[in-house]
Amino acid sequence: MNINTTKVISLLFFIFSAFYLYTAYQIQVFAFDENAPFNARTFPIYLGYAGLFFSGLKLILPDPNTIKVQHKTLEYKKTVILIIIAIIYGATILKVGYFLTTSLFLFSSYYFLGERRWVLMFLLSFPFVAAFMYLLHGVLDIYLRDPFLKSIGVMG
Amino acid sequence: MIEGILIGLTTALTLQNILMVMLGCFFGTIIGMLPGLGPMTAIALMIPITYGFDPATGLILMAGVYYGAVFGGSTSSILLNAPGVPGTVATSFDGYPMAQQGKAGKALAIAAWSSFAGGTLSAIYLLFMAPSLSKVSLSFRSPDYFALMILGLTAIAAFSSKGQFLKAMMMVVIGLMLASVGQDSLSDITRFTFNNMNLTDGISFVLVVMATFAMSEALTIILKRNDPTSAAKQVSLTELGSIKINKEERTKMYKTIPRSSVIGFLIGVLPGAGATIASFLAYGMERNIVTDEEKEKFGKGSVNGLSAPETANNAACSGSFVPMLTLGIPGSGTTAVMLGALLGFGVQPGPRLYMTNPEIFWSIIMSMYIGMVILLILNLPLIPYIARILAVPKNYLIPLILFFSITGIYVMSFNNFDIYLMIGIAVVATFMRLYDFPMPPLILAFVLGGLMEENLRRSLLLSNGSWEFLWDRTLTACILLTTILIVVWHIYKTMFKKTKAK
Repeated sequence: MNINTTKVISLLFFIFSAFYLYTAYQIQVFAFDENAPFNARTFPIYLGYAGLFFSGLKLILPDPNTIKVQHKTLEYKKTVILIIIAIIYGATILKVGYFLTTSLFLFSSYYFLGERRWVLMFLLSFPFVAAFMYLLHGVLDIYLRDPFLKSIGVMG
Repeated sequence: MIEGILIGLTTALTLQNILMVMLGCFFGTIIGMLPGLGPMTAIALMIPITYGFDPATGLILMAGVYYGAVFGGSTSSILLNAPGVPGTVATSFDGYPMAQQGKAGKALAIAAWSSFAGGTLSAIYLLFMAPSLSKVSLSFRSPDYFALMILGLTAIAAFSSKGQFLKAMMMVVIGLMLASVGQDSLSDITRFTFNNMNLTDGISFVLVVMATFAMSEALTIILKRNDPTSAAKQVSLTELGSIKINKEERTKMYKTIPRSSVIGFLIGVLPGAGATIASFLAYGMERNIVTDEEKEKFGKGSVNGLSAPETANNAACSGSFVPMLTLGIPGSGTTAVMLGALLGFGVQPGPRLYMTNPEIFWSIIMSMYIGMVILLILNLPLIPYIARILAVPKNYLIPLILFFSITGIYVMSFNNFDIYLMIGIAVVATFMRLYDFPMPPLILAFVLGGLMEENLRRSLLLSNGSWEFLWDRTLTACILLTTILIVVWHIYKTMFKKTKAK
């Protein structure tokens, strides 16, 4: 049986809208605001119904432009690796610091995308991040927390 | 008025002020090009520097940064499909496909000329119409604004291609839902935060735009690496192409620029509307006006489709100065930052500003002309150098796009949570892109969400909960009627085409 993925996405959005609507009804408003013509939950409630309406229509109406994605040609492995690297980058940036994590993020991303020109990879990670960091921190005066550089005495 | 123009010219043409416009345009272009660092960031960074100058010079510098950043934003929209500012989202619809066809130089040249023409024309409108326009914008009430937001969102029908209307409307709802996260602006009650403190202030615009455009674009390129059609795109991306605009393209621009500049300026004048709605409306209007043959090119690298939003967003930038200078109400987020700076100078904006401080009012208007000329002189010769970013291989470009996106978010909040949230939204957006769910409606809805709720709140409270406010005022009814006509026209066209196809 062929499942139309657009319909599946619409169904997921229908369920999401129902959950959103339920949560919207749970928003606690002040007692004096409870019967006001407009309070904190009014707009979200309308949005919840709008979500149900449009996704419901998409589910019911025929879909003349069915999108067929060729999953076999898609590069899932590299995409997932890149997402994992980005998550690790996000998890370590505050603890380790901007310079080291960003440089390693760039270097490893180049590597996993298939690049093997080591010198170029190095130049476009460590010195590049250092220059960019100087622009942000030194010229534009945007504070960048960096425990690593602080520990080796480069940053105050 | 003549006296005011002369005062403005005398102030704007001092060596110091010309230098400020030049510096502002240059730094604005550089900062605006970096995804995540838009005009708001650029101007906010300039505020401490401007306090050393007199108010006119300070505002001239900030105005230069504003124009430069908007132009820089369109450069990253065209070259990377990563709009740094909401006003340049519509530019990417046709600018990026044009760059993919190896016409990046031409796309940037069209954007530069359209920006110049849009900015210059709107500065002329501003000069002659500022006093009366402030009266028009004063007459707008909350129901009119609410109706205008509905109209802006319906304009998505203009850029969602055949059979995409419902998908686009679903994306609108998602955008509005994302905008509803965080504290309610009036009661401060938290909504949809699930007791997570990181969501109390809501989700930042830069985060959503970086996730749905820059990051998901980068992930889609990697995902479709082995796709034959996508491989062809990559090859053509390395070709810069000429920056020369031929006669046929010029003819198209001559028609598009005047009408888009009028729309851009008028929308820019309305407080809160700004460059985003202007560019989307100009794009939608242009698509409805052109011939069927030209309409087919929209979204695939149309000259009209690129010129219209570029003209309109620059025209709206000038227009947004009207409510800021004459009413003290910012026309956009960026002018809100400038308004703060103006108050910092001890200048009280309002209807009497051009009587009490004529040198500020008129010198800003005059510096707009100078700024536009400088932007053109600065950007046209630099196009070949700017466009070289396309020659960077994908193995380097993709991590660099991710790097700029994550850095843009990190320097705003210094928070891991925002990075995780951005990655999460980007993954969902990448998946939805695969199935042709359009992202621009989501962005437009996200930007308008807060304003829409505010205006609906005021309208309903004033009408004591009755929906009669939708047809009580002629202006509101007219705007809503236009919206209904757009929807009916869209449905009719779709059905007519289906019948014709059968």
